[in-house]
Amino acid sequence: MICVVDIDRTQVGPPAVCLIGTWRTTLCAACMRFMLLFSRQGKLRLQKWYTATAERDKKKMVRELMQVVLARKPKMCSFLEWRDLKIVYKRYASLYFCCAVEEQDNELITLEVIHRFVELLDKYFGSVCELDIIFNFEKAYFILDEFLMGGEIQDTSKKSVLKAIEQADLLQEEDESPRSVLEEMGLA
Amino acid sequence: MPAPIRLRELIRTIRTARTQAEEREMIQKECAAIRSSFREEDNTYRCRNVAKLLYMHMLGYPAHFGQLECLKLIASQKFTDKRIGYLGAMLLLDERQDVHLLMTNCIKNDLNHSTQYVQGLALCTLGCMGSSEMCRDLAGEVEKLLKTSNSYLRKKAALCAVHVIRKVPELMEMFLPATKNLLSEKNHGVLHTSVVLLTEMCERSPDMLSHFRKLVPQLVRILKNLIMSGYSPEHDVSGISDPFLQVRILRLLRILGRSDDDSSEAMNDILAQVATNTETSKNVGNAILYETVLTIMDIKSESGLRVLAINILGRFLLNNDKNIRYVALTSLLKTVQTDHNAVQRHRSTIVDCLKDLDVSIKRRAMELSFALVNGNNIRGMMKELLYFLDSCDPDFKADCASGVFLAAEKYAPSKRWHIDTIMRVLTTSGSYVRDDSVPNLIQLITNSVEMHAYTVQRLYKALLDDISQQPLVQVSSWCIGEYGDLLVSGQCEEEEPIQVTEDEVLDVLEGLLVSNLSTPVTRGYSLTAIMKLSTRFSSVNRIKKVVSIYGSSIDVELQQRAVEYNAMFKKYDHMRPALLERMPIMEKSSSNGPTEMVQTNGETEPSALESKHPPPVTQPTNQANDLLDLLGGNDVGPVIQTSMPTKPASSGGELLDLLGDLSLTGGPTSAPVSTGPPPQPGFLLDGLSSQNLFNDISAAGIPSMTAYNKNGLKIEFTFQRATPNPNIAVITIHASNTTDADMTEFVFQAAVPKTFQLQLLSPSSNVVPALNQGTVTQVIRVLNPQKQQLRMRIKLMYSHKGSAVQDLAEVNNFPPQAWQ
Repeated sequence: MICVVDIDRTQVGPPAVCLIGTWRTTLCAACMRFMLLFSRQGKLRLQKWYTATAERDKKKMVRELMQVVLARKPKMCSFLEWRDLKIVYKRYASLYFCCAVEEQDNELITLEVIHRFVELLDKYFGSVCELDIIFNFEKAYFILDEFLMGGEIQDTSKKSVLKAIEQADLLQEEDESPRSVLEEMGLA
Repeated sequence: MPAPIRLRELIRTIRTARTQAEEREMIQKECAAIRSSFREEDNTYRCRNVAKLLYMHMLGYPAHFGQLECLKLIASQKFTDKRIGYLGAMLLLDERQDVHLLMTNCIKNDLNHSTQYVQGLALCTLGCMGSSEMCRDLAGEVEKLLKTSNSYLRKKAALCAVHVIRKVPELMEMFLPATKNLLSEKNHGVLHTSVVLLTEMCERSPDMLSHFRKLVPQLVRILKNLIMSGYSPEHDVSGISDPFLQVRILRLLRILGRSDDDSSEAMNDILAQVATNTETSKNVGNAILYETVLTIMDIKSESGLRVLAINILGRFLLNNDKNIRYVALTSLLKTVQTDHNAVQRHRSTIVDCLKDLDVSIKRRAMELSFALVNGNNIRGMMKELLYFLDSCDPDFKADCASGVFLAAEKYAPSKRWHIDTIMRVLTTSGSYVRDDSVPNLIQLITNSVEMHAYTVQRLYKALLDDISQQPLVQVSSWCIGEYGDLLVSGQCEEEEPIQVTEDEVLDVLEGLLVSNLSTPVTRGYSLTAIMKLSTRFSSVNRIKKVVSIYGSSIDVELQQRAVEYNAMFKKYDHMRPALLERMPIMEKSSSNGPTEMVQTNGETEPSALESKHPPPVTQPTNQANDLLDLLGGNDVGPVIQTSMPTKPASSGGELLDLLGDLSLTGGPTSAPVSTGPPPQPGFLLDGLSSQNLFNDISAAGIPSMTAYNKNGLKIEFTFQRATPNPNIAVITIHASNTTDADMTEFVFQAAVPKTFQLQLLSPSSNVVPALNQGTVTQVIRVLNPQKQQLRMRIKLMYSHKGSAVQDLAEVNNFPPQAWQ
């Protein structure tokens, strides 16, 4: 399915099209479009977009989707239809984990993907809570990017993902050269 | 220059802000500091500053001035810088800005870096947000990495390749060689991402699809190992080994097995195994089962497997977890067209889901319920659906009302029931019905001639209660205009007739004209209705007065109508009665429902599961020549053969069987048999539609006869004459079953001698219930212009206690009145 949009607008919605130069391409029929983490007060804690979307469109979608999901009652099921996508969401303590998937995707396994991500965060931070993700958002991103790429799982082994993060953290520590107190204060 | 504050410090500070304004002020201050730090080209703190910028970006503040800085970080040698730089690039840059192309070179270098974690960062960034140009430039590097033995890089390269293919499909070919031994990997990460890559390639290119079909055995083996293998702590999720990989393999198998018999057969066993052995106590097991069901329904699976799949969905419907119920309803909706009977078995559970609290589940249940309505269950289903309509959200009401009308139109057991149902919808949800339902309902009411009095009475009473629902008001005014005479004459048969005077009726209609609740369209209806009553009521003066008042109405439409009606009173009074006469029966135009496909809902003959559109009931064609010649001779006794090989039902084929297995004693060569329905000779119908068949028959007092009575199956013929054409005999067969087991897939066929013509209508059902609990009826119309003695050969087929039964018989003992 190919649809054409003009070069100033990237339309988001299957078939989603990115018009780059003279090339028109179609995105896949089944994949994760984006993942959001937000609090019950509607504060965004993490956003990962797997499709090219304009900044203002992103903001609009986030705002709208947060409203829809936060209005859901606890007894309702974890899936809803929104625009032309399926939304799979789950609340863990004070955070909502929200994934947008396409028509053909398996919602039940998406719930498992979300759960696996939470487990990874939990193992890394040790009983993770929202504050951990607020203050260490870049680490949360690193973990997510080690677990998923383009919306798909890179490795199904928890151990493997955590080990890679650990090694990368070590690398980071290695090249942070020790700083003297005076340097810290800007006096040397 | 003091060191810029740390990230965590900033976050803590910003969180202390009590108002939006305070926060904005802090952010602006920090942004200014960061900007000047960038201007100074400070390498040491660039990383920290960009990180802070990313945090502020997440809060919703602009951060575009950090884009170039991200690029500088990526180019740095320090891992920390690269980590933040790439993250920033993914968050702040996008392919619509040319600046992103500057990344390409850095990524290229990093793809060849000595540290695998740097390579990983580059692959990840490219795989998440690489533009088409970047993908073109770097595809070669990705392909190289796809062939490496380092599984950490290999798995990432596979997913990166997926993204490259999505952006630039033409590059798919170049990744083909690298896929050669991807599935022989032991590493689950590589396996999983390889399956994703193969799936992507197969979905995009039919050539790739045929190329990769040979992988089916290998995939089946991998899946089998996953299921059979013992506990593997690394990949275990609630007792199931690597469910993510299982699901992906099932999805790839689905794509490979679709429309390919051999592949489908090769995976039948493993699908059955997964379907029966997967633990269902947790969501993860159900996720695998769900994927299995989707696969079974999509490939060319054998019928046993399909039934298994639908039963799994049926079990899902009973699950406490509403998520599972939701996916079950979604899947059943997809399969209801192809496996209708199997889904019907779960009808009561589906109807229960109408009462669920969740909006998505309710909607799905509603759609599915409408798909399951048929002539057998219409009364029960409609009760539930009307109850649902009363209590559902306004968003649903329009769709539900339309669905009710459609179902009622198709399957109404009686006219009265149909009118009652429509009334119920109009009175409870009248404001939500679609605009086009008003003319449709009017047409329906017009055509139900015997119900006019009843209809207009009920509509009048409804108007007395409530004039706010416009569709109801419009239909009512129209009816009162047409049938007002029946209303005042108190002629209703169906219920207690009400006493109402002409003045009371006119009061109501005039009330509509002046009410604030009436729309202009409704006013138009009322005015016309009042006018029509001038030929039906005697209080013409009152009507004249009303009409003349509206001659000066502000509403142009009303004014025009009133002026024209006035003219009818004055200059064209002689034409008035003819113009305002009762409306004739309207031609039914094609249904306005969206159903283009053959919606049989399990009523007509069941076909073999392969065919998606069940064929119409076979009708004996004029090619029953050989049979008839045999009947013409007197030496042919009834030929009963019970040992015919069972053949799958197909349109027209059965008739061949009827003829072909009989020994022909030198009759003329058989004419080619058509496989479609025969051409309908016009005179057989003589302007009668099957509808009128039920209306016009008068019981002619012809005695009924038993045509067949064997093995517990008894078939009786009853006769009527279709009144306009005395040459047509209408025979109704009544099949009953005295055994203790139902006779299912019951099919009745008949052939008559050459001088006759025969038309077989649809049977009432294809199950003859056991112990005489019900009968199957079917109507046969026989045209006998030459008034010859009627003879008939019949063929019966049914399933009884698990075995298929077939039988042939001749029927010769027709009462003379049936054909004279």
